Amino acid sequence: MTFDQFLQYIFSGITSGSVYALTAIGFTLIFSATHIINFSQGQMVMLGGLGAVALHRAGLPLWACFLGAVAAVTLLSTGLERAAIRPLLRKGVLAQIIATVGAAFVLETAAMVAWGREALSLPAFSGETPLVVGKATIIPQTLWVLGLTIVIVVVLQVFYRRSLFGTAIRACAVNPTAARLQGISYQKVVLFSFALSGAVSAAAGVMITPISFMSYSSGALLGLKGFAAATLGGLGNPLGAVAGGYILGIVEALGIGVVSAGYKDAIAFVILLLVLFLRPAGLLGARVVNRH
Amino acid sequence: MRRHAGYLVFAVVVMTIPAYLGDAYYLSLLAFMATRFMMAMGLSLLLGQAGQISLGQAAFVGIGAYSSAILTTRLAVDPWLAMLVGAVIAALLAGLVGIPTLKLRGYYLAMATLGINEIVHILLMQLKGLTNGTDGISGIPSLRLGGLDLGGPKAYHLVAWGLALVMLRFSLNLAQSRVGRSLRALRRSEPAAESLGIDTARRKVQVFMLAAVFASVAGSLDAYYIHYVSPESYTITFSIILITGVILGGLGTIWGALWGTLAIVILPELLKRVNEDITNLVFGVLLIVIMLLQREEGGSVLESVKARLHERLSRRASSDSGGE
Repeated sequence: MTFDQFLQYIFSGITSGSVYALTAIGFTLIFSATHIINFSQGQMVMLGGLGAVALHRAGLPLWACFLGAVAAVTLLSTGLERAAIRPLLRKGVLAQIIATVGAAFVLETAAMVAWGREALSLPAFSGETPLVVGKATIIPQTLWVLGLTIVIVVVLQVFYRRSLFGTAIRACAVNPTAARLQGISYQKVVLFSFALSGAVSAAAGVMITPISFMSYSSGALLGLKGFAAATLGGLGNPLGAVAGGYILGIVEALGIGVVSAGYKDAIAFVILLLVLFLRPAGLLGARVVNRH
Repeated sequence: MRRHAGYLVFAVVVMTIPAYLGDAYYLSLLAFMATRFMMAMGLSLLLGQAGQISLGQAAFVGIGAYSSAILTTRLAVDPWLAMLVGAVIAALLAGLVGIPTLKLRGYYLAMATLGINEIVHILLMQLKGLTNGTDGISGIPSLRLGGLDLGGPKAYHLVAWGLALVMLRFSLNLAQSRVGRSLRALRRSEPAAESLGIDTARRKVQVFMLAAVFASVAGSLDAYYIHYVSPESYTITFSIILITGVILGGLGTIWGALWGTLAIVILPELLKRVNEDITNLVFGVLLIVIMLLQREEGGSVLESVKARLHERLSRRASSDSGGE
């Protein structure tokens, strides 16, 4: 592998890493508030992408497609919370897994009926002319993906650290009962966490669709990789999710260079198993692992 | 003796079917149910007894099917031996995945099995030298016993249901044994089970491996009957359909797996008449609705609904002014 090839793989790793990072944040937002792993997270990403494709076909400008798809998935995610999650908050892990798996199944099949089986694409946000860096090239969409991801991560961090509502959410993550005693509405926090998680996931879906296309069945793998990223970084830690996403993206891209593109999707899973074997708390994880 | 009555009646009924049913289509459908029943039984043990969920049962079915297909067509290995090899591979893989994940909360195994399913699917497509990729492998021989060809619908029915009945007996015994009791104990409260000296993680790994073996054997049997395997039979979608069946059937007893099998064989046939695409949509909605209606984790849906109705009726009867 020459240095230029290496650089090329790094660029592609950063692009997919951004999507994994945002998907991982989607998992983290819901997990922190509820200790639920949402198995339909990847489908939210997929619906973001396909939603934008639908709006683009209707003739809307790209920025409106982006906002429209994010808004639609945000609504959908809150709908899911109201319909299927709220009644299950006090039930066991098993019921929560099964219900969100059911939701994933519903969303995926609905997307297949609505958009068909083919992978669809969007035009890039600003032209297709690649920029040349040394002998490697970088497409402008990569910069959009990276830039928007940074903006989203920074805004989320500021919101969580600085705003009153953000503090309330963090309080619920630490101890829901104590937070409730302080007059924080736990239900509002959960609903908002789902909304935010849906929005972030959908944004990831819209950004990546011009590069890697989107089909009704893309969600499962995106969800799996997002979860692998979140676990690698430390489940529940937003910065860990970002770090995990980029590490996963870059390792995967280099893996394509070393092994073969056909096995690309297996890499995330091998990493997930290794993390669970060696360090279940993840790289930046909390001290205590969630056993039972 | 009484607790064996149900099993005995069922065994006699199932095993005598070929005596009066000659139609190859219906016999094939029944044989198809036998292998689905095996896959569901494994999941039912895992979910109902150990309270753990696997979303990758189809991967283990695929391992059994491809082990049989590759070993018999390329190396002319005896089909029974190939089936055994498949089961051992499935068990080892289940152990490898189960040991790190079953120490952790339920969603780790769920996610890891989802990943296993994805990987097995990728490998079946990509290892073209071994698996023929998307073309699949054809020309898989039938099972034989001595000089007897067991490929015909009647003989195969007896083999498939015979093995299913052995697995059912084993599962029923397991559920009633010390092991079964300790499994149910750990489903209720893991710390409590641990404090009673039950090695919870180890028990869960064992049940997970057993579920994988059931699935693998079922996959091998399917391969010997259809004489053909291809990767698209072993997707996550199929795994989730199996889970739906087990949950629909009820997790209280292993028999639930039988009702679940009926549901996943018959429901798609009915829904196909409306619109083939909506089958999975209906299954997804069913999963959510069952979870919402269920009272106790692992309890049967019917019982929950009955309890709810009963509660509502008695509340109405006891209150004069109708309010809550």
